[in-house]
Parts: sequence; structure tokens; C-alpha cells
Amino acid sequence: MTDSKYFTTTKKGEIFELKAELNSDKKEKKKEAVKKVIASMTVGKDVSALFPDVVNCMQTDNLELKKLVYLYLMNYAKSQPDMAIMAVNTFVKDCEDPNPLIRALAVRTMGCIRVDKITEYLCEPLRKCLKDEDPYVRKTAAVCVAKLHDINAQLVEDQGFLDTLKDLISDSNPMVVANAVAALSEIAESHPNSNLLDLNPQTINKLLTALNECTEWGQIFILDCLANYTPRDDRESQSICERVTPRLSHANSAVVLSAVKVLMKFMEMLPKDLDYYGTLLKKLAPPLVTLLSAEPELQYVALRNINLIVQRRPEIMKHEMKVFFVKYNDPIYVKLEKLDIMIRLASQANIAQVLAELKEYATEVDVDFVRKAVRAIGRCAIKVEQSAERCVSTLLDLIQTKVNYVVQEAIVVIKDIFRKYPNKYESVIATLCENLDSLDEPEARAAMIWIVGEYAERIDNADELLESFLEGFHDESTQVQLQLLTAIVKLFLKKPTETQELVQQVLSLATQDSDNPDLRDRGYIYWRLLSTDPVAAKEVVLAEKPLISEETDLIEPTLLEELICHIGTLASVYHKPPSAFVEGSRGVQHKRLPGSAGSGESVDSPETTSTAGVSDAPPAVIPSQGDLLGDLLNLDLTPTTAGPPPPAPSSGMQLGGMDLLGGGLDSLIGAGFGAAPAALPASFSAPVSGGLDDLFDLGGGVGMPMGAYSPPKSVWLPAMKAKGLEISGTFARRAGVIQMEMTLTNKAMSVMTDFAIQFNRNSFGLSPAGPLQVLTPLSPNQSIEVALPLNTSGPVMKMDPLNNLQVAVKNNIDVFYFSCQYPISMLFVEDGKMERQIFLATWKDIPNDNESQFQIKDCHLSSGKMA
Amino acid sequence: MIGGLFIYNHKGEVLISRVYRDDIGRNAVDAFRVNVIHARQQVRSPVTNIARTSFFHVKRSNIWLAAVTKQNVNAAMVFEFLYKMCDVMTAYFGKISEENIKNNFVLIYELLDEILDFGYPQNSETGALKTFITQQGIKGQLQTKEEQSQITSQVTGQIGWRREGIKYRRNELFLDVLESVNLLMSPQGQVLSAHVSGRVVMKSYLSGMPECKFGMNDKIVIDKQGKGGATDDAGKSGKQSIAIDDCTFHQCVRLSKFDSERSISFIPPDGEYELMRYRTTKDIILPFRVIPLVREVGRTKLEVKVVIKSNFKPSLLAQKIEVRIPTPLNTSGVQVICMKGKAKYKASENAIVWKIKRMAGMKESQISAEIELLPTNDKKKWARPPISMNFEVPFAPSGLKVRYLKVFESKLNYSDHDVIKWVRYIGRSGIYETRC
Repeated sequence: MTDSKYFTTTKKGEIFELKAELNSDKKEKKKEAVKKVIASMTVGKDVSALFPDVVNCMQTDNLELKKLVYLYLMNYAKSQPDMAIMAVNTFVKDCEDPNPLIRALAVRTMGCIRVDKITEYLCEPLRKCLKDEDPYVRKTAAVCVAKLHDINAQLVEDQGFLDTLKDLISDSNPMVVANAVAALSEIAESHPNSNLLDLNPQTINKLLTALNECTEWGQIFILDCLANYTPRDDRESQSICERVTPRLSHANSAVVLSAVKVLMKFMEMLPKDLDYYGTLLKKLAPPLVTLLSAEPELQYVALRNINLIVQRRPEIMKHEMKVFFVKYNDPIYVKLEKLDIMIRLASQANIAQVLAELKEYATEVDVDFVRKAVRAIGRCAIKVEQSAERCVSTLLDLIQTKVNYVVQEAIVVIKDIFRKYPNKYESVIATLCENLDSLDEPEARAAMIWIVGEYAERIDNADELLESFLEGFHDESTQVQLQLLTAIVKLFLKKPTETQELVQQVLSLATQDSDNPDLRDRGYIYWRLLSTDPVAAKEVVLAEKPLISEETDLIEPTLLEELICHIGTLASVYHKPPSAFVEGSRGVQHKRLPGSAGSGESVDSPETTSTAGVSDAPPAVIPSQGDLLGDLLNLDLTPTTAGPPPPAPSSGMQLGGMDLLGGGLDSLIGAGFGAAPAALPASFSAPVSGGLDDLFDLGGGVGMPMGAYSPPKSVWLPAMKAKGLEISGTFARRAGVIQMEMTLTNKAMSVMTDFAIQFNRNSFGLSPAGPLQVLTPLSPNQSIEVALPLNTSGPVMKMDPLNNLQVAVKNNIDVFYFSCQYPISMLFVEDGKMERQIFLATWKDIPNDNESQFQIKDCHLSSGKMA
Repeated sequence: MIGGLFIYNHKGEVLISRVYRDDIGRNAVDAFRVNVIHARQQVRSPVTNIARTSFFHVKRSNIWLAAVTKQNVNAAMVFEFLYKMCDVMTAYFGKISEENIKNNFVLIYELLDEILDFGYPQNSETGALKTFITQQGIKGQLQTKEEQSQITSQVTGQIGWRREGIKYRRNELFLDVLESVNLLMSPQGQVLSAHVSGRVVMKSYLSGMPECKFGMNDKIVIDKQGKGGATDDAGKSGKQSIAIDDCTFHQCVRLSKFDSERSISFIPPDGEYELMRYRTTKDIILPFRVIPLVREVGRTKLEVKVVIKSNFKPSLLAQKIEVRIPTPLNTSGVQVICMKGKAKYKASENAIVWKIKRMAGMKESQISAEIELLPTNDKKKWARPPISMNFEVPFAPSGLKVRYLKVFESKLNYSDHDVIKWVRYIGRSGIYETRC
């Protein structure tokens, strides 16, 4: 058989010839012709013109030919709906064929033809096939319901196919059950709120029974479906876990990963002191390790998932460091992922081994991998304090190799080490300075400049070094320019006498010759600080900086929880929620892990640490801003290529220092302040300069409509500025009580809880009369109406404009600030009605010099009524 | 689920294209070609997202297989499916090559229609598929009604991997214990990581629907039995038992039974298949030890001496031994002296390849080489890739022993004793590297 010849004909008039052949009387010739048509179709030629001729070949006893015609139909029926009708009869007839294989083939193909008129004819045969005596036909029909639903959801509901499909979950044949589960799960995804997959202990039991008997693929469908179930209590959870664990020994990696997903989710419900909990944890590690001996592509999927599992439950893999050692022949994507996990697992116990490995990797060929290895050494130093010294000396060794990108990467991480252990390893600065000339990447240059500025007092020729950078100031990237500006100001504050000229030079470069607003702003701030109050400047610029945190690229806890529910799927590979890469409604539901059954233990679980109060110290784990921002951005932007996401910036963002609510800076909080946390540049100087930038970034007041009695709600806090929380609101006076009526909308992807509100001092002493009543957590895309009663007994301070109110709202994510203006009328009491005479008398009692006049424009009311 | 499946040749021409879902258009075919096959840089990930469409790909020789989807599919399943698709194709027409795919494109479409429905993988066991998808087309017309229902019940049934009514005159089975031993050793001879990944491959030619039970020297099982029996017996057998870190089984094995009793029972498929895979990390017999010595003599010369020692019973013979010693890129000439076998410098592979046909246990052999280097001004040091080794030994480096494989077939009149059984152990090198 040499069918390859069908791929080669490309001569003109081919379609015409094919037409003749298709209409030939000889069966063999017909078949040959159809094969040619399919081959042309495959390579992308348009052979739709042959539609009637091909459909004519459908009436045949030859099954091979029939299948080819069906294949053609599936491709072109949509473009020729009227012609496709010609095929209906054959389909309907085939659905009655005594051979179950042919019945199934007909119903399978019919479901793939997306022509409305055909789907109408499909209903009856499908109904029969769903109840067919042969399991092969039933399992095909089950999937066909999902196909039909994709074409016409309403039709499927009207015809009652969903109920029939539900019945199939109790079918005696495991494969029918599996396909029914797959179809139902898919349909349920597009109806997030329907109770379609009515999972209850009875159905779960049926699924678990089928799980033992069906094909590997069926097991995956069932396990993925089980993962959506939330057991009622820990006992049920345990019994499901017990029945799922045997799947961990399956040869199919997808079965294993799906089982891991179910276990990881249901484990949340088990009390931690239970023996079984420990047993389960131990059982999870070996199969995960085994996944690493699969083919490289699967290893990659497994590693991306292990990365999540390690973040959620580090104890599972903590003894398995060695299996993540990189092999020389691993594909690069496997190498990079292994490295990532090695860093996460690094601890005091294994650090020596890890470091030896990392050093080995730093001499490999692939540039990305080498860079990441060097970075990893720095991360180890920050993570395991005892190893810091060895890490630094390893990095110095690497700098000695003089390989350009190794040196640059090493300098970037050494900068981070300085930020974690200040005043400890300055002895290495001399070595770093030797390599100044070889640095050509902005990040490395910026890091080096930061180091010089930070330790200017110990570097004799710091001024010369910085001056050398200044020469090409305008050719540098913004990152380097900003750093250079800050470093020279630092230097000036430390050695004012020798560097006056230098600082003036840089300030004028930044403010006068640059068109970058950030740079200009920062330049002006420094300039003004230095000229008005050098002592204050010193306090601000040379303030003690918070130490950077250990782990900077952890996935945000709520996202991590969601991803754990998606183990094995694309979401877990991309480390992004499905909504970031799936179009339409499908899969956009957010999954969450069930709450723990253990009493009060959940307090120390990672997802709740971030709910610490406003005044508390900042949480120990700060998710990298990059992730959060990235996800928000991805909602709107089409991701181009999504390989592994770029390594998160290694700088930890310490927002703690910026919590201005309790500080004495209240009066500085401007309208634009809500933007501060999200807009921080992710450069390492963020804690200091970022804060400063924003302090001075006082935009004008929000333009609010005034004077209306109860103005319509306007947006006070846009979601963009508050990590997805949008607040719109208005003021009203109801039954003598001033009320602030707000609509809180969650436009982020995670649930928001723990709302609280606080006002700054204001002109009339307005303050909340009670706490903000948001009792239920606000899930994504949900909004809630709240009415907050106010009184006027709070502290008073004159505001400008008079009716300006500055508000801070806190939730589990952050604190947000906004300001709004309330209508003065709201403050007026209802019982202020006076007799005309008394009013006039009172009016006259007011001294004349208190009187001022202004004109009311565009007012259509008479002045009498106004009074 | 999977929205479409494409097969390309090395030039990026599409050989097979099957679309299952409406959200995948013809442009997806081109997107993958442009962004992955014709990409300037080497592909950095087996999963690529192009314009909100995800592409999963695997490569077999020159052929690219790509599965496409727009949904949040089970990624592990997609790759498992692609591998399975390769297996099925290989089982039908041999090597996956452009020629073979073009010659069998009708068959491939037929298979794709059967094993993927609306993007959901269906039964993909070759044994079952071959009963009704043949290279001559479905033999639908020739089948009787019983035959048809037998096929459908096998395809959908609990024992989808075996059909009823198989008969052999001679009931026979072959067990191959195939192990690959992996090692990463430091230059000082310290084991950085070592593990054995093993497979038990079974060829069964048994009549009827035989129930089989497989036993090996699994530590957990032996210890359990030891508790019941005499104590000294337990101690004796304890030495020979091995600790298995993890194992996975063919879908014919009853996993719940393994989980509760740790017994391996199953009804085997007919013919050859992989019964189980396992992994061990403890008490591995490392068949060879490599002792490297690399000395840089000035800037233009390297002296390399490598000793290999065999570490197993003297009566056994290792075969196909190959030691690969990497050389720097700027090598200009190499002189090699070896005591045994043949050694050659292969400039195209940047390595000295030393081959020895056979070597008995507890022996030692040595090679020394002088490598001349061209002077370069490349500052970057040579990365010194590890020395790797290949070999084959007639024992299982993990220490695994097959204790029994019992066959029960109650309906037919043959017993366990009538079955002829063969067991063979082969240990091969996996990634067996010593850094230098």
C-alpha cells in the first residue's frame, strides 16, 4: 500500500478530475478518489467544491469508504449546510443498523456536524442510542450529548437529555459511566450554578466503584470529577481518600496526578493529629518522585505541579532533594524547573549538597540555566542563614571565572544578600568593584550602583566610580538612572564636602535634561529635601531599610489554593488561573480548597496569615507583586507565548513601612494614594523611594457632584487602584441618621474578607457609628451593598474643601485609601424648621461681618424656596 | 479537552490534521508551524500558548505530534495520550516516519476517530483496537452478531485488554526483568544520586482467561510473612529482600488489592506488555565504578586517565561496555592507550569513545589519553561534562528476584504446573555518569 502518492498530486484541474473519478462506476476508483480528497483536505487545500460528489459516495457497504466520507462531512458540512441535509437519511438509517459499531459511528459523526437542521434530526436517534442495549453505543451517545450541548444547549435541556445522562452514571458498564461523567462535567462547566453534577454520597460511591474497573482515561475523568466534590465531614473525606490512594500506583501519570489532586484537596479536611493524615502524607511522595522517571514532557508537567505541592505542603517532599538534581541530558525546560524546586526545598540539612550542585550547574552551557543557578545560590544564602558565608564565597569564585553573564548575575544576587545581611560581607565589595567595566546589563549596573551608594562611606573612590557612570547618563536605562540618582544623593549625605559638585550635576541631569517623569520627580524631591532640610533628607534617604524576606517568588496564597484544585491541568502548568487563558465562561469558576475540620488550626495555615489586622506587622510571606499584577493584566491581554513565567523579581516589597494609617502623615494622604501599593516600581529601592514618590504625588481632589440631596453613586475607589476592590458610594440622610451607602465589588480573582473602615479627621467630625457590616466573604465578581451609619462625634480638623472626607478601607489583601466629598445638606437636621419670624430674628443675630456673598449660577429655583 | 490533533513532518508540512472541537480553526495548524517548528530558538517548553490556544507537542524522530486545545485540559492526560497514540501507531505500522504516516493516513484517521471522541480519549489498547480496526478497513460485513458484541464488550468492558476464547497448544510465558541503573558520582567517588528504574515485561501465551499472581522479594511482603514464620527464617530472607520505593502497574493489575494486601494479581493481556514499573534507591549494586583523573598541563594539553572497575560476581559477564570521555571543543589531537577494548577519538562528538565487548566481574581496566588543545582566547572555561558509561549485565542491580508467577484457569484443563515459564534478568545503564 502506498497511499503517500495521494499527497503528491498538485497539478491544475485536479478538482475537475477528482469529480469525474468520484462519479465513476467502479468502486475501487471511487475509493481512491475519496482518499485523494481527504489527502488534499489534510494539507489545507479547499476541496469543498466536491461536496455533492463526495456525499453521493456515502451510500456504501464499504465501511472504510464510509468513514472517509464522514470525515469529509465533518470538515465541510458547516460551509454547505443545505447540501449536508442530503446526508441525514443515511445517518438515521445507520443509527438503526444491527451492527453496534455502525450505530455508534453514525451517532458519533452526526454529533460532529454543526448544522442546525441536522441536529434536529439527531435528537431521536440519540435518544435511542442513549438507551441502546450495547454499551459501546451508549458510551458514544453519552459523549454525543456533550457535543450537542456545545451546538445547542437549549435543545439538550428541552429534550431532557441531561436527565438521561445523569441516569447513565448508574450504568452497569464502567466506560459508559466514565464518559457520562466526562460529558456532565463539561456541561456543568458552562452552567456554573446549576446543580447538574449533583454529587452526593450515593453518586460518589458509584463513581468510586466504577473507578476500579474502567480504562485509564475513564479513571482520569472520574478522578477529575471527584476533585470537584466537597465531602461533608472529615470521615467521608477520609473514606474517599482511602479508596483513591490505590490509584497512585497506576502506570498512567495522569491518573496519578489526578489522584494526587483529589488527595491534596480532601486532605485539607482531615484533622492534622489524625494518624491517617500522616500516613497519607507519606504515601504521596513516592509516586510524585516516580513521575520524574517518565518521558521529559510529562516530567515537565509533574515538576510544575510538584512546585505547587511543595509550596502548599513542604513536608511531603522535604527528604527528596536528590531526585531534583539536574541530569546533564535533561531538556532545558526540565532543568529549569528542577532548579526552582531545589531552591524551595533547600534547608539547613541539605544546603551543603545543594550548593555543591548549584556550583556545578553554574559552569554549564545554557545561559538561562547558568543564570538561574547563580541566582539560586543567592537565594540559598537568603533562605538559610548558616550557609550565607559559603554562598558568598561560592559567588566570589564564580565572579573570578570572568564569564560575563555569570559575573553580572552574581552581582545582582550579592546585592540581595546585602539587603538581607547588612554590614556583614562588605569585604567583597573590592572584588565587585574590579568588575565594574564588564557590566553591560541594566540590572547588574543598577545593582552595582546601589551597592556603591549604600556603602559609599567604605569605598574610598566611590565618587569616582559613580562619576564614571554619570558620563553616559542619558544612555542608561531608567532603572540605572534612578539608582544612580539615589546613590549619588546617598554619597552626598555621607560625604557632603567632596561631592557637592557631583550631586548638583546629577540633580540637574535628572530634573532638567531628562524627559522621564519618574526620574524628574525623584530628582525634584531630593533637590527640595536637600535644600530645605538636610537633616530630614538624611533621615529619609539613609533610613534603615527593612530586611528582605526569605521567599519572594511564592505564589499568592489564594491563587495557590486555586491552582492546587487544578493539579494536572494546564492551569497548573502555567501557574495561572484558568480564567487567564481560557476564553468564555468555561472554567472561569474559581475553585477553592475546603476548610479544615480541625478546630482553630486553620489560623496558622498560609491562606489566613494575610488576614492579619491593619496595625499588625506585615505578614511574613509577601507574595510577589509580579504574580498578582501579571494575573490582573492577563485578564485583558492575550498572552503571546507562555512558557514558564519569567522568574519573579528577586526584590521583596516591604509594604509595612508604608502603612500610614496610624502614622502622623494623615494630612498628606491625597486622593491618588490608593494607587500606591500597586504602582510601586518593582525595583529594589522601592521601600524608600517608592514611598517618597507617592507621598508627594498628591493629585487634586476627586471631582464630585455637589449639592444634590442624595447624589447617585459614583466610583470612589476604582478597582485598578485597589487590587480589584471597587467601591462606589454616596451619602444620604435617612430617618435622621447620616448614612454612607456603598457598593463593594470584588473584581479580583480571590475572595475578599475582613473588611473594616476608618476615617481621617475631618471638618465636621464625621466618623463611623459602627463597624462595616460585610459579614460574608466577598467572592470574585460579587458585589454587596452596605449602609454605614455615621455620627459627628469624631475628631475635627478643617479640610479643604470643607466637605472632603478621607477614608481608609481595609480587607484581607491590603489597606486602600480614597477621598470623597459629601453633600453638606446631609448634615442638616430635619427638625430645623423655624417660624418665619424666629428665622429672621436668628438671621439678624448673626454679626454682619460673618456675611459673605456669592452668586449661584444656573439655578432654576426661586431663592425663597432655597431658604 | 483536546480540540485537535496534528502531525507534521520535519519541514512543518502537515501530514494529518483532525479537528475535534469547533473552537480550533485551520489557523491553529499554521500557528504551531510558525511558532514552534520554525522557531528560531530551540523550544523551551513542551507546552506553548499561542494566542490563547495551547499546543502540546512530542517529537518522534522527525515527526511532530501536536495536540491543541483552548480549554483548561488535563495536561498530563494529553501527553499520556500522545505517547499512547505513538504506541498504537507503532503497533500498527512500525516506525513512526513520514513515509509510514503518509502510507497509512487513512488508517490513522480511522484510529483517531476511534480513540478520541470529542477530544476525550477512549479505549486505546492495541489488542482491542486490532480486533475491529484493521489495515483492510473494518471487517464489519464479515462479522457475525456474536463477534460484533464480543468486540464491543471488549472495547467497553472491564477487561478491555483481553478477548475471550484465546487458545494455545502450549501455554507459555516469559518474564523479563529489565532494569536501568542510574548513577551520578562526584569526582571523589561519592555517590550523589543513584536509583534503579525497572520494568517487568511479560509475554504471555496462555489460553482462556487466566488469573495470575506475581510474587517478588518485596521487603514489605517478606517481612509480613516473616512475622508469621520462624524468626531466623525472617532474618535470612530479610537480607535478600529489597525495599521498593514505588511501583506502578499496568491497568490489568487490581490496584485496590495491591494497596490492601500488597499482592499483585491480574488477568494478563495476550502477548507482550509491561506488567509493572518500579524504582529503588537503597542497596543498589553499582556494576561499574569509574575513577577519573584529569590533569591540565599548561594551556594546551590535558592528561586524562580513567579506570573502570567491575563490581559483581566473577562468573558473570558484562557486555556492550562503552565509556564516553568528553573532550574540550578546541581539541586538536588525541593519543589514546588502553589495556582492553578499542578507543577512538570522535571529533564530531567531542569525546573519546572506549568500547569493550565483554568484561567479567571483579576486574579492572584503564585508559589514558593525552589531549592537545588549540590555544584560544575564549575566557570561558571548559564545562567538563561528566564521563558517561553504557553497559549491559545479566542480573538485576536492584537485587529484585522473581519468586513466583502462578497461573490459575479454572475453566480450562491446564494447571499452573503445565505452564512453561521463563525468567530473565537484564541490567542496563541508564544515565550513568561520573563527574570529572
